Amino acid sequence: MNQRQKRSPFGRAIGLGSAKAGVENWWRERVAAVALVLPTLWFVGSIIRHSASDYTAFVTWLKMPFVTFMMALLLIALFYHTALGLQVVVEDYLHSAAKIPTLILVRLGSFVLAAAGILALLRIAFLN
Amino acid sequence: METKMTGSPVERSRPQSPNIQIYRPQLTSVLSIANRISGVFLSIAAFGLVVWLIAAAAGPRVYATVQGVLSSAIGQIVLFAATFAFFLHLCGGIRHLVWDGGYGFELRTIYASGWAVVTVSVALTLAAWIIALFTGG
Repeated sequence: MNQRQKRSPFGRAIGLGSAKAGVENWWRERVAAVALVLPTLWFVGSIIRHSASDYTAFVTWLKMPFVTFMMALLLIALFYHTALGLQVVVEDYLHSAAKIPTLILVRLGSFVLAAAGILALLRIAFLN
Repeated sequence: METKMTGSPVERSRPQSPNIQIYRPQLTSVLSIANRISGVFLSIAAFGLVVWLIAAAAGPRVYATVQGVLSSAIGQIVLFAATFAFFLHLCGGIRHLVWDGGYGFELRTIYASGWAVVTVSVALTLAAWIIALFTGG
Protein backbone atom coordinates (compact mmCIF):
# COMPACT_ATOMS: atom_id res chain seq x y z
CA MET A 1 0.00 0.00 0.00
CA ASN A 2 1.31 3.43 -0.86
CA GLN A 3 -0.22 6.84 -1.29
CA ARG A 4 -0.63 6.60 -5.08
CA GLN A 5 -2.98 3.64 -4.67
CA LYS A 6 -5.17 5.69 -2.34
CA ARG A 7 -6.03 8.18 -5.07
CA SER A 8 -8.33 7.20 -7.93
CA PRO A 9 -6.77 7.16 -11.43
CA PHE A 10 -9.23 9.85 -12.54
CA GLY A 11 -8.36 12.04 -9.57
CA ARG A 12 -4.68 11.66 -10.44
CA ALA A 13 -5.32 12.38 -14.12
CA ILE A 14 -7.02 15.73 -13.51
CA GLY A 15 -4.55 16.57 -10.77
CA LEU A 16 -7.30 17.31 -8.26
CA GLY A 17 -8.58 14.66 -5.89
CA SER A 18 -11.82 15.38 -4.09
CA ALA A 19 -9.76 16.61 -1.17
CA LYS A 20 -6.88 18.11 -3.19
CA ALA A 21 -3.90 17.66 -0.83
CA GLY A 22 -5.89 15.27 1.38
CA VAL A 23 -4.09 12.11 0.30
CA GLU A 24 -0.67 13.55 1.16
CA ASN A 25 -1.92 14.79 4.54
CA TRP A 26 -3.55 11.45 5.29
CA TRP A 27 -0.32 9.66 4.42
CA ARG A 28 1.78 12.00 6.60
CA GLU A 29 -0.50 11.29 9.57
CA ARG A 30 0.11 7.54 9.17
CA VAL A 31 3.87 7.85 8.67
CA ALA A 32 4.17 10.17 11.70
CA ALA A 33 2.19 7.67 13.79
CA VAL A 34 4.32 4.69 12.77
CA ALA A 35 7.51 6.72 13.31
CA LEU A 36 6.47 7.33 16.94
CA VAL A 37 6.06 3.68 17.97
CA LEU A 38 9.71 2.79 18.62
CA PRO A 39 10.89 6.10 20.22
CA THR A 40 7.90 6.22 22.62
CA LEU A 41 8.30 2.54 23.65
CA TRP A 42 12.03 3.16 24.18
CA PHE A 43 11.22 6.28 26.24
CA VAL A 44 8.61 4.60 28.47
CA GLY A 45 10.93 1.62 29.03
CA SER A 46 13.83 3.93 29.92
CA ILE A 47 11.73 6.04 32.30
CA ILE A 48 10.58 2.87 34.10
CA ARG A 49 14.23 1.86 34.62
CA HIS A 50 15.19 5.37 35.80
CA SER A 51 12.17 6.04 37.99
CA ALA A 52 14.37 6.12 41.11
CA SER A 53 17.22 8.18 39.58
CA ASP A 54 18.27 11.50 41.13
CA TYR A 55 19.28 14.60 39.15
CA THR A 56 22.90 13.55 38.62
CA ALA A 57 21.98 10.06 37.43
CA PHE A 58 19.28 11.41 35.14
CA VAL A 59 21.55 14.06 33.56
CA THR A 60 24.38 11.52 33.16
CA TRP A 61 21.91 9.29 31.31
CA LEU A 62 20.68 12.16 29.09
CA LYS A 63 24.29 13.05 28.20
CA MET A 64 24.89 9.65 26.59
CA PRO A 65 25.04 10.26 22.79
CA PHE A 66 22.54 7.52 21.99
CA VAL A 67 20.07 8.85 24.60
CA THR A 68 20.41 12.46 23.36
CA PHE A 69 19.86 11.22 19.81
CA MET A 70 16.82 9.10 20.71
CA MET A 71 15.28 11.92 22.77
CA ALA A 72 15.72 14.34 19.84
CA LEU A 73 14.09 11.81 17.47
CA LEU A 74 11.27 11.34 19.98
CA LEU A 75 10.64 15.09 20.23
CA ILE A 76 10.55 15.55 16.43
CA ALA A 77 8.21 12.59 15.80
CA LEU A 78 6.08 13.39 18.87
CA PHE A 79 5.39 17.02 18.03
CA TYR A 80 4.89 16.32 14.33
CA HIS A 81 2.24 13.73 15.26
CA THR A 82 0.80 16.09 17.90
CA ALA A 83 0.50 18.93 15.38
CA LEU A 84 -1.29 16.71 12.83
CA GLY A 85 -3.53 15.10 15.48
CA LEU A 86 -4.61 18.32 17.16
CA GLN A 87 -5.24 19.78 13.69
CA VAL A 88 -7.86 17.08 13.09
CA VAL A 89 -9.50 17.74 16.47
CA VAL A 90 -9.65 21.50 15.80
CA GLU A 91 -11.01 21.00 12.27
CA ASP A 92 -13.70 18.62 13.52
CA TYR A 93 -15.02 20.59 16.51
CA LEU A 94 -14.11 24.25 16.03
CA HIS A 95 -16.24 26.00 13.41
CA SER A 96 -16.05 29.62 14.58
CA ALA A 97 -13.73 32.40 13.48
CA ALA A 98 -11.24 31.06 16.02
CA LYS A 99 -10.53 28.02 13.81
CA ILE A 100 -7.74 29.41 11.65
CA PRO A 101 -5.90 31.21 14.51
CA THR A 102 -6.13 28.01 16.59
CA LEU A 103 -4.73 25.92 13.72
CA ILE A 104 -1.81 28.34 13.39
CA LEU A 105 -1.30 28.27 17.17
CA VAL A 106 -1.25 24.44 17.17
CA ARG A 107 1.35 24.38 14.39
CA LEU A 108 3.57 27.08 15.87
CA GLY A 109 3.17 25.76 19.42
CA SER A 110 4.24 22.25 18.35
CA PHE A 111 7.25 23.66 16.52
CA VAL A 112 8.27 25.86 19.46
CA LEU A 113 7.95 22.99 21.97
CA ALA A 114 9.98 20.60 19.80
CA ALA A 115 12.68 23.26 19.32
CA ALA A 116 12.72 24.12 23.05
CA GLY A 117 13.03 20.46 23.99
CA ILE A 118 15.90 19.86 21.57
CA LEU A 119 17.66 23.03 22.80
CA ALA A 120 17.34 21.81 26.42
CA LEU A 121 18.76 18.42 25.34
CA LEU A 122 21.76 20.05 23.62
CA ARG A 123 22.38 22.26 26.64
CA ILE A 124 22.42 19.21 28.91
CA ALA A 125 24.64 17.26 26.51
CA PHE A 126 27.25 19.96 25.90
CA LEU A 127 27.07 22.59 28.66
CA ASN A 128 25.86 21.12 31.96
CA MET B 1 -36.00 16.58 20.13
CA GLU B 2 -39.26 17.71 18.46
CA THR B 3 -39.69 18.12 14.75
CA LYS B 4 -42.44 20.51 13.69
CA MET B 5 -44.19 19.71 10.42
CA THR B 6 -45.39 23.27 9.90
CA GLY B 7 -43.63 26.53 9.10
CA SER B 8 -40.99 27.36 6.54
CA PRO B 9 -38.05 24.99 6.07
CA VAL B 10 -35.79 27.48 7.83
CA GLU B 11 -37.93 27.52 11.00
CA ARG B 12 -38.16 23.74 11.35
CA SER B 13 -35.94 22.36 14.04
CA ARG B 14 -34.32 19.32 12.53
CA PRO B 15 -32.98 16.49 14.65
CA GLN B 16 -29.22 16.68 14.61
CA SER B 17 -26.94 13.72 14.05
CA PRO B 18 -25.49 11.83 15.90
CA ASN B 19 -27.77 12.53 18.94
CA ILE B 20 -25.09 11.53 21.42
CA GLN B 21 -27.38 12.24 24.39
CA ILE B 22 -29.81 9.43 23.48
CA TYR B 23 -27.28 6.91 22.17
CA ARG B 24 -26.37 3.97 24.39
CA PRO B 25 -22.56 4.00 24.66
CA GLN B 26 -20.99 1.11 22.74
CA LEU B 27 -17.45 -0.23 22.89
CA THR B 28 -16.84 1.04 19.36
CA SER B 29 -18.00 4.62 20.02
CA VAL B 30 -16.38 4.79 23.47
CA LEU B 31 -13.00 3.65 22.08
CA SER B 32 -13.33 6.08 19.18
CA ILE B 33 -13.72 9.12 21.41
CA ALA B 34 -11.25 7.67 23.96
CA ASN B 35 -8.57 7.65 21.25
CA ARG B 36 -9.13 11.37 20.68
CA ILE B 37 -9.33 12.29 24.35
CA SER B 38 -6.18 10.30 25.13
CA GLY B 39 -4.46 12.04 22.20
CA VAL B 40 -5.35 15.50 23.48
CA PHE B 41 -4.30 14.48 27.00
CA LEU B 42 -0.98 13.15 25.66
CA SER B 43 -0.41 16.51 23.91
CA ILE B 44 -0.50 18.10 27.36
CA ALA B 45 1.83 15.37 28.62
CA ALA B 46 4.19 16.18 25.71
CA PHE B 47 4.21 19.79 26.91
CA GLY B 48 5.10 18.43 30.37
CA LEU B 49 7.98 16.43 28.85
CA VAL B 50 9.49 19.62 27.43
CA VAL B 51 9.05 21.44 30.78
CA TRP B 52 10.81 18.50 32.45
CA LEU B 53 13.76 18.64 29.98
CA ILE B 54 14.07 22.42 30.38
CA ALA B 55 14.07 21.96 34.18
CA ALA B 56 16.88 19.41 33.86
CA ALA B 57 18.83 21.84 31.65
CA ALA B 58 18.23 24.70 34.11
CA GLY B 59 19.94 22.83 36.97
CA PRO B 60 19.37 20.73 40.11
CA ARG B 61 17.19 23.30 41.91
CA VAL B 62 14.60 23.77 39.16
CA TYR B 63 14.69 20.02 38.45
CA ALA B 64 14.01 19.28 42.16
CA THR B 65 10.93 21.54 42.03
CA VAL B 66 9.54 19.72 38.98
CA GLN B 67 10.36 16.32 40.54
CA GLY B 68 8.55 17.47 43.69
CA VAL B 69 5.39 18.22 41.68
CA LEU B 70 5.68 14.87 39.82
CA SER B 71 6.15 12.83 43.00
CA SER B 72 3.19 14.45 44.78
CA ALA B 73 -0.08 12.50 44.97
CA ILE B 74 -1.67 14.56 42.17
CA GLY B 75 1.51 14.30 40.10
CA GLN B 76 1.53 10.51 40.43
CA ILE B 77 -2.16 10.27 39.48
CA VAL B 78 -1.53 12.42 36.38
CA LEU B 79 1.52 10.28 35.46
CA PHE B 80 -0.52 7.08 35.89
CA ALA B 81 -3.30 8.54 33.72
CA ALA B 82 -0.70 9.57 31.13
CA THR B 83 0.73 6.02 31.09
CA PHE B 84 -2.73 4.56 30.48
CA ALA B 85 -3.50 7.23 27.87
CA PHE B 86 -0.22 6.36 26.12
CA PHE B 87 -0.88 2.61 25.91
CA LEU B 88 -4.54 3.16 24.96
CA HIS B 89 -3.55 5.59 22.19
CA LEU B 90 -0.75 3.26 21.01
CA CYS B 91 -2.99 0.15 20.88
CA GLY B 92 -5.91 2.15 19.44
CA GLY B 93 -3.55 3.62 16.85
CA ILE B 94 -2.32 0.19 15.76
CA ARG B 95 -5.99 -0.89 15.46
CA HIS B 96 -6.63 2.13 13.23
CA LEU B 97 -3.58 1.33 11.07
CA VAL B 98 -4.91 -2.21 10.51
CA TRP B 99 -8.26 -0.68 9.47
CA ASP B 100 -6.39 1.70 7.13
CA GLY B 101 -4.93 -1.41 5.49
CA GLY B 102 -8.49 -2.58 4.84
CA TYR B 103 -8.57 -5.40 7.42
CA GLY B 104 -10.71 -6.21 10.47
CA PHE B 105 -14.05 -4.62 9.58
CA GLU B 106 -16.28 -7.60 10.42
CA LEU B 107 -18.45 -6.78 13.44
CA ARG B 108 -17.07 -9.70 15.46
CA THR B 109 -13.47 -8.71 14.61
CA ILE B 110 -14.16 -5.08 15.53
CA TYR B 111 -15.36 -6.09 19.00
CA ALA B 112 -12.52 -8.58 19.45
CA SER B 113 -9.88 -5.96 18.54
CA GLY B 114 -11.69 -3.39 20.73
CA TRP B 115 -11.56 -5.60 23.82
CA ALA B 116 -7.97 -6.50 22.96
CA VAL B 117 -7.08 -2.78 23.00
CA VAL B 118 -8.75 -2.34 26.42
CA THR B 119 -7.15 -5.48 27.94
CA VAL B 120 -3.66 -4.92 26.56
CA SER B 121 -3.52 -1.23 27.51
CA VAL B 122 -4.72 -1.92 31.08
CA ALA B 123 -2.21 -4.80 31.40
CA LEU B 124 0.72 -2.76 30.01
CA THR B 125 -0.12 0.21 32.27
CA LEU B 126 -0.20 -1.99 35.37
CA ALA B 127 2.97 -3.84 34.28
CA ALA B 128 4.83 -0.57 33.71
CA TRP B 129 3.93 0.77 37.16
CA ILE B 130 4.58 -2.49 38.98
CA ILE B 131 8.04 -2.80 37.37
CA ALA B 132 8.78 0.87 38.12
CA LEU B 133 7.74 0.52 41.77
CA PHE B 134 9.74 -2.69 42.26
CA THR B 135 12.93 -1.53 40.51
CA GLY B 136 12.75 2.07 41.69
CA GLY B 137 11.06 1.98 45.07
